[in-house]
Amino acid sequence: MNLRRDVFQAIADPTRRAILLLVASQSLTAGAIASNFDTARPTVSKHLQILTECELLEQKQNGREIYYHTNAKKMKEIADFIEPFRNMWDDRFNKLEAIMKNYQSKK
Amino acid sequence: MERKTKINAEDGKQDLMITREFDLPLELLFKACSDPEIIEQWMGTKVLKFESKKHGSYQFETTDAKGNVVFRANGVIHEFSPNKKITRTFEMENTSFGVQLELVEFERLTDDTSKLNMRVIYESVTHRNQVLQLPFAQGINMAHNRLQDIVNKLK
Repeated sequence: MNLRRDVFQAIADPTRRAILLLVASQSLTAGAIASNFDTARPTVSKHLQILTECELLEQKQNGREIYYHTNAKKMKEIADFIEPFRNMWDDRFNKLEAIMKNYQSKK
Repeated sequence: MERKTKINAEDGKQDLMITREFDLPLELLFKACSDPEIIEQWMGTKVLKFESKKHGSYQFETTDAKGNVVFRANGVIHEFSPNKKITRTFEMENTSFGVQLELVEFERLTDDTSKLNMRVIYESVTHRNQVLQLPFAQGINMAHNRLQDIVNKLK
């Protein structure tokens, strides 16, 4: 069994990000994806395996070919992952501002 | 005026920038970030110690309703320039997040408005991403706890 991969480690690699961009516009086979890169085919296969394991890519069988397409839900998770952290600071700073406005008017 | 907090975290880097504009004069913004009693109120944690000076140190602690310590953090202050800059370290105790370096700059925009620029540098890209994901993970835990409460009531 393969270990579950960290999504953020997966997208830290520039080739894997390029693959995601490529597949985002249309479903492609492993061969078609590999033809866009100078890297060796097994290296591209390894990247596809990692992206599939962390569910950023999904496979779909079409006849004898396997097509890769992006998983929109998982992609959105990455886009949103910073939002709770931003909210946490936004809440704190809103509080800071309210406290100091009160402080200012008391003086 | 754009008052929303902005976070700029570039892919594959081990730092991030938090910026926010305040409807407050520079002096008040700085006071809010250097007076332990005020920090306590907006950070939502108890301030055990806070020495507002070069080579000073600080300690935060949060306890739950039963008095158990749920969060403890500490750091040292490297630079303390009133109304300009605070450079300090920050470390959450008993976690794997490592230590972070915080460079907090205070900027006067107008007589009544100011801006905070906080650059945080982590030990590695992985450490940074773990901290970024922390509130996300906590949010999920909180949802689980709420679910647990509801389930318990049904029993």
